[in-house]
Amino acid sequence: MAYTKRFDGRKADEIRPIEAKVGVVKRALGSASFKTGKTWAFAAVQGPKDINRFQQDPEKGVLRCNYNMMAFSGSGERVRPGPSRRSKEISMVTGKALLPVIDLGSFPGAAIDVYIELVQTDAGTRCAGITAAAMALADAGIPMNDLVTSVAVGVIDNKVFVDVNKEEEDYEDGMADIAVAMSVRTKKITLLQLDGFVSREELKKALESAYGACEKIKEVQVKALKDKYKV
Amino acid sequence: MSEIKVNERDIIIPGEIIATGLDYLPSGNVIREGDNLISTRVGLVNITGRFVKVIPLTGSYIPKRGDLIIGKIADIGLSGWRVDFSGWPYQANLSLKEASSDFIERGADLTKYFNYGDYIVAEIINVLGSKIIDLTVKAPGLRKLGPGRFMQVTSAKVPRVIGKQGSMISMIKEATGCRISVGQNGVVWISGDSPEKELLAVKAIEKIEAESHIQGLTERIKEFLEKNK
Repeated sequence: MAYTKRFDGRKADEIRPIEAKVGVVKRALGSASFKTGKTWAFAAVQGPKDINRFQQDPEKGVLRCNYNMMAFSGSGERVRPGPSRRSKEISMVTGKALLPVIDLGSFPGAAIDVYIELVQTDAGTRCAGITAAAMALADAGIPMNDLVTSVAVGVIDNKVFVDVNKEEEDYEDGMADIAVAMSVRTKKITLLQLDGFVSREELKKALESAYGACEKIKEVQVKALKDKYKV
Repeated sequence: MSEIKVNERDIIIPGEIIATGLDYLPSGNVIREGDNLISTRVGLVNITGRFVKVIPLTGSYIPKRGDLIIGKIADIGLSGWRVDFSGWPYQANLSLKEASSDFIERGADLTKYFNYGDYIVAEIINVLGSKIIDLTVKAPGLRKLGPGRFMQVTSAKVPRVIGKQGSMISMIKEATGCRISVGQNGVVWISGDSPEKELLAVKAIEKIEAESHIQGLTERIKEFLEKNK
C-alpha cells in the first residue's frame, strides 16, 4: 500500500507543532530549547575558554560542539550515555553546519563550546539540535550573519514529507531521510545529509519543501529570541 | 533608494536586515552584505546620522584598549604580575613599570605592592592578540580594592549600570552611601557601612541588569532606591 496519508494525520508540507525558548540555562552564556513534536533539544553555549595549544587557532576562535542523547530520551531501548560513534559524527556535522554563519574573529586562541542535549527524541534530533544551538549562539552574543535553521525531510514512496517523525523514519518499505540546515536569509545550505535512495527530481522537491519548513521554523526562532526581552 | 526597515531602539537579532541602500553606513555590530545592512548580534538598533549600529544586549567581554577592568592577582613573576579577569580565558600582564612609581629593586618582594588574591582596578593599555594584554594601575582611580562585596553582571549591561556620564552609578552611590567600582568586564565591587546598604546596591544593580532594555530605567531605579531606603 502506498504511503499517502501520514501516520499522525499531518499534511505533507506540515511541520510538527514547534516551541522555542531562549535563556533556559541560567549559568550558560547563552541557551535555548527547541521542541518539535516529541523531539526536544536543549542547547547551551559557554566560553570563550582556554584550550590546549594543539586545538588553538591563533587567528580565530574554535567552535566545539557536543551532541548528546539522554539515557531515556528515546521510545525504544535505553541509550547508552556519553560519546559514541554516532554522537561524535553528529557533533562534527553540527559544528560544520553552524560555522558558515558565525564569526569567531573576536576570540582568537579560545574556544566556544556548544552543548546540545536531547531530553526526548522522536527523529530529527540533529536538526532540532542545530536549530536550538543557533538560538543559543545568538543569545550568547557570538557575532553571526544569520541564524541557522534545520529540518529533516523524508521521501517515502516517491513523495516528499517534511519534518518526519520516528514512525515515518521506520517505514517498512524504506524511505530516504534528508537532513537539511540552512541560512534562510541567504538561502545557503550549511548541512545536507541523505540516507536512502532518491531521484534528482525528488531531491529538488525535498529541498524546496525544506526551505518552506525552515522559513516557518525561523519565525519561531526569531520570536523566541525577541520574547526574551519583551516588556 | 535607501530605507530603514526597523525603528530606533527595536530589538533586533542576527541576520535581520536593518536598512537597505548605500546611504547608511555600518557601525558597531552591523555588517554590509550587498545592499543590505545586517545585524550580527541581539541588541537594540541605534541610528545616528548615517551610521547604524546595534547595542548588544548579551555577550561575553572582549578586552579593548582603554577599558577599566576589575581583576585578581593570579601570579607573581620576576618582572610583574599576572592578572585574571572574568570573561576572558587568558591572563593579562601588569608590569613593574606600570604598577608603581616607586623604584623597585631587582629581587624585591613584589607581594608588598600586590599580593596573590588581591583585586585591582586596572586599565588595559595594550591588546595584542588574545594572550598579550597589558594593564596599568598608574592613572587616577586605579588602585587595589579593599574588602567589599563582589558581583558579576553581563558585560553588555555595564554601560547601563554606569549610566550617561556615570549618572546611574552615582545615583546608587548617593542613595546607599556605598563605594562602588564597575569594571568593563562586568565585575562590580561594593563596599558600604552596613550589609543592608550593600545589599540594596546589589539589588539595584540586579534590577538594572534585568530591565536595561526597557525605557525609563533611571526613573524606575530612583523609585526603587527611594522605596527601599
